[in-house]
Amino acid sequence: MSTVPLRPMIAQRPETVLRDEARTTGMVWLRELIRFERTRTRILSGLIQPVLFLIVMGYGMAGLVGSIEGFDFKKFMFPGIMAMSVVTTAIFSGMSIVWDREFGFLREMLVAPTSRASLALGKTAGGATVAAAQGTIMLILAPAIGVHLTGALVVEIVGLELLMAIALTAFGVFVATHIERMEGFQVVMQMLLFPMIFLSGALFPLNGLPDWLTVITRLNPLTYAVAPLRQVVFAAQHMTPRAQARFPSTVEVFGHTLSIGAEIAITAGFAAIFIALAIRGFSRTE
Amino acid sequence: MCAIYAEDEQTTRPTDRRRPVVEVHDLVRRFGEFAAVDGISFDVIEGEVFAFLGPNGAGKSTTINVLCTLAHPTAGRVLVAGFDVTAHPKAVRRNIGLVFQDQTLDDRLTAQENLRFHAVLYRVPSDQVQARIARVLELVDLSDRRYDLVSEFSGGMARRLEIARALMHVPRVLFLAEPPIGLDPQTRVLMWEDVLRLREEAGVTVFLTTHYMDEAEYADRIAIIDHGRIVALDTPEALKAAIGADTVELSTTDDTLATAALERVGYRVEAVPEGTRVYVEKGENAVPALIAAAGVPVRSVHVHRPTLDDVFLHHTGRQIRESHAEAMIPARVRAWHSRRR
Repeated sequence: MSTVPLRPMIAQRPETVLRDEARTTGMVWLRELIRFERTRTRILSGLIQPVLFLIVMGYGMAGLVGSIEGFDFKKFMFPGIMAMSVVTTAIFSGMSIVWDREFGFLREMLVAPTSRASLALGKTAGGATVAAAQGTIMLILAPAIGVHLTGALVVEIVGLELLMAIALTAFGVFVATHIERMEGFQVVMQMLLFPMIFLSGALFPLNGLPDWLTVITRLNPLTYAVAPLRQVVFAAQHMTPRAQARFPSTVEVFGHTLSIGAEIAITAGFAAIFIALAIRGFSRTE
Repeated sequence: MCAIYAEDEQTTRPTDRRRPVVEVHDLVRRFGEFAAVDGISFDVIEGEVFAFLGPNGAGKSTTINVLCTLAHPTAGRVLVAGFDVTAHPKAVRRNIGLVFQDQTLDDRLTAQENLRFHAVLYRVPSDQVQARIARVLELVDLSDRRYDLVSEFSGGMARRLEIARALMHVPRVLFLAEPPIGLDPQTRVLMWEDVLRLREEAGVTVFLTTHYMDEAEYADRIAIIDHGRIVALDTPEALKAAIGADTVELSTTDDTLATAALERVGYRVEAVPEGTRVYVEKGENAVPALIAAAGVPVRSVHVHRPTLDDVFLHHTGRQIRESHAEAMIPARVRAWHSRRR
């Protein structure tokens, strides 16, 4: 009757609180990875859409735009398609909280005696890792497109994808915490994700657009995430000045061409804002 | 504050069973003008199985939500494991296990992964996690499913895994919200065996809500709640005893003669359409004597012991209706069964 086979928990010392919160973040991150690894079909279907875009638009437009000294539209699109893959996966991952809510698991997380910030950070880190992985898988297509890869370039790509993924996953988490139902998820995807991708320069150059559209593209956080990716990829390709002029990779704001450092800083800034919003959204979720 | 508490807890276990682990004083929870919980007070003693019985909308869920720190009390004082639910919600949560009405497992993870996730969030020391997982799975008889995906579990197995998970961090009180309808009767019985075994083996206090009379029978004490108020609180036996004795209904060839004969011998009798109703201490034991005393041939005998249904009817003037619950089937069963993504 009085046997207590399970030992009581040992003390929660203040200095261990931070370590415990870090463990929580790590666990939530690990869960995302396990789920990703276990859904191979999703990994595959995540590839289909970008590949379709690459083939349909890449080849379709290649005929229209033509090849400038060995550089064609498919090569221009390739970094954009990678970005598209990262962004889609990242937002999906962040918004998987809507599923967690629908299937109850969110409750298990929310009632735990842990900081909501740790949960939001874990979710963001996990989703971002998955999204960067999904984007990096796209690199297997590079030889077919004729994009030349180097070790350094791959490192740069993964780094930029990770930054982009963190910003967008946090954004997804933030949006998801303000959505109660699955239907809302569809609406957000249609109304937000696709316009963001189309107006980011991922699929076509942003120069020569009407002024009002130019303004929108410059307000789009994705614009500053896509550009560095394209710049590092282009830097590793053999491009003549004419090709560079035909296929621009830089973003101009108020007549100034942004440096890659400035673009990365802007993306990091957006990431910080979205993470703060995600934590706030998570903290208020019931 | 948590540090002090946890060390203190270690020295006070094994538990003093007369010590209240849940203390509720004049709890009120209002939603606007409507008082879902309207001034209730009760204690739950360490180690007991305590049932909250009432129809849907009686205030059961609201009460359990307040005790679990998921809702704030409008007024009153609630202590769980010695902590005020308003002032120290995290300390309360660390000391309670929660099993919700609907499933809250991740069915893409294995049983072990679900338990590990919980262990980390509830600060189970890393070096104890593996042993703890083995132990709680053993308690709910799922040791052989440790590495299986939850999506392959039946509803009953998933429910048991949830109970196991709620015990991972060695809670002082296990809160069990009534399981959804849709679980078959056999599974419900098995789950009860689990709950009672937990009390024996893990020494955990169990607080559960139900609108099933037959489930409440298993509890050590029952609080009957209706319209946000506790109308009765006692052991099942005492509750039943309080509303009166057993009744024996005799149908005879001449009920009028039988009634008169029994009354003459000193029985408390009443003529009813079915025949003669006699109030006695122990129904079954009284039957031979009653048949002999009736003086006319007896056609049939019906012995009725008071049930919790009678208790509920007595205190509320209404029967607890399952139809309340039936109306909720679609939403709950959906959450329970359509878990595949």
